[in-house]
Amino acid sequence: MAKKVGNFTVALERPVVFRGGGAIVGKMEKQGPLGDYFDHVVQDDLWGEKSWEKAESKMYYEAVRHAVKDAGLMAEEIDLLAGGDLLNQLISAGFAARETEFPFLGLYGACSTMAESLIIGSMAIEAGFAHHVACCVTSHFSTAERQFRTPLELGTQKTPTAQRTVTGAGASVLSVSGQGPRITGCTIGKVLDYGIKDAANMGAAMAPAAADTIYRHLSDTGRDPGYYDAIVTGDLGIFGQQLMLEQLREKGMDLRDVAWDCGIEIFSQDQDPHMGGSGCGCSATVLNAYLLRRLREGDLNRILFVATGALLSPLSTLQGESIPSIAHGVVIERGDG
Amino acid sequence: MEPYETRRSREAVEERNRVYGQHVKETMPKSNLLSGCIKAFLVGGLICCIGQGIRMFAAQSLMMDEQATNMFTCVVLVFLGATLTGLGVYDDIGRFAGGGSIVPITGFANSVVSPAMEHKREGLILGVGANLFKIAGPVLVNGITASVVYGVIYYLINLF
Repeated sequence: MAKKVGNFTVALERPVVFRGGGAIVGKMEKQGPLGDYFDHVVQDDLWGEKSWEKAESKMYYEAVRHAVKDAGLMAEEIDLLAGGDLLNQLISAGFAARETEFPFLGLYGACSTMAESLIIGSMAIEAGFAHHVACCVTSHFSTAERQFRTPLELGTQKTPTAQRTVTGAGASVLSVSGQGPRITGCTIGKVLDYGIKDAANMGAAMAPAAADTIYRHLSDTGRDPGYYDAIVTGDLGIFGQQLMLEQLREKGMDLRDVAWDCGIEIFSQDQDPHMGGSGCGCSATVLNAYLLRRLREGDLNRILFVATGALLSPLSTLQGESIPSIAHGVVIERGDG
Repeated sequence: MEPYETRRSREAVEERNRVYGQHVKETMPKSNLLSGCIKAFLVGGLICCIGQGIRMFAAQSLMMDEQATNMFTCVVLVFLGATLTGLGVYDDIGRFAGGGSIVPITGFANSVVSPAMEHKREGLILGVGANLFKIAGPVLVNGITASVVYGVIYYLINLF
């Protein structure tokens, strides 16, 4: 059985394997530095559908389908689909789950949902409740803009601290056995709020949550940052990552050599994403297309994947509330091939 | 809500947040005010020049009177703003010019047409109808309210 390590961390006794994965991204993500790693590209925002929301749901469905196929499994063998998206009432994930007919747990952790679904999936497998779990999240630039910000064609400028929501869906199939990288532990994050109210500065809002989860994970396990080849945050962006590194340095941890951020990796600065990418599709696609590939190829042996989420809504922002944030950590190791 | 952890008092949390907020404010990347102002001036000025050109055309070539000239200029500029929004160009102009393309009347057209385009999938009545003034509505309400307040103050001053 899994056991609790320290106060907040869970170590899996029998590692859970990433048996398959899939990532679908939009055109701009495809043109970014990681473009060659992605399986599928959606050439336009609508992807042949009537609305952006339907296109997002289709990305979710296709990412799951691709991951199940990649795992070499039949649809009937999937015991659970866990995941979500950024839209109200999780319509993208829910509508896609209607088509897959898998048992479904809809999850919301804002941009941290990929890590949340991996934690739930690996715990279900470890406990023997499931053999194969599909974990999938999606986000879409156009649907997120209209829900959280302004109409796309409105001619406004973004502030320098803003980030660009990634159009993309990433799916993993976790299994009780098989070849591939494996999850060996996880640290569930706490919701932290350091009083940041600027919805265009989510990196600053999420940095304390990321720093806290990483700090608690390393303290619980007694590991140095150097134990990992990379500690990969979800979407802190350039400024958020800088704040997180400062906070950890104050606590005596130097992460400069191992800190990566999916939001920084996915776009190049020429693409004008301001501080970087964001959205739950950001960490999900980078994990499934890029990080897991590098783990499989043996470039990386061990990473700590820390997806970060800002738990705000347009309503809470208008009501003047600050932004509570969360970060979940998942330990992924190369395994034996 | 009180912090659940008795270890940390409300004052300690507020102090922590204040220090962090201050640090974020000091270190965050900031907009370049000077280049922003220059871009806004150039694009805003260009839009105004086009407006002036339309005025002159209306007055001199179309022989319109003062009132008709004003109307004609507004209508043409709103048409141009709306068309450029529909063609997906106005947001690019706005990204470059900022306030320079928001303040002129073309920006108003943009703020009405852009939600209309976005909400047409939710239907004409409750989609476009309800969201048409999502951006411009607050400007109108507050602008008209301010003008009423101004009018009352102006009236009172003139009494004495």
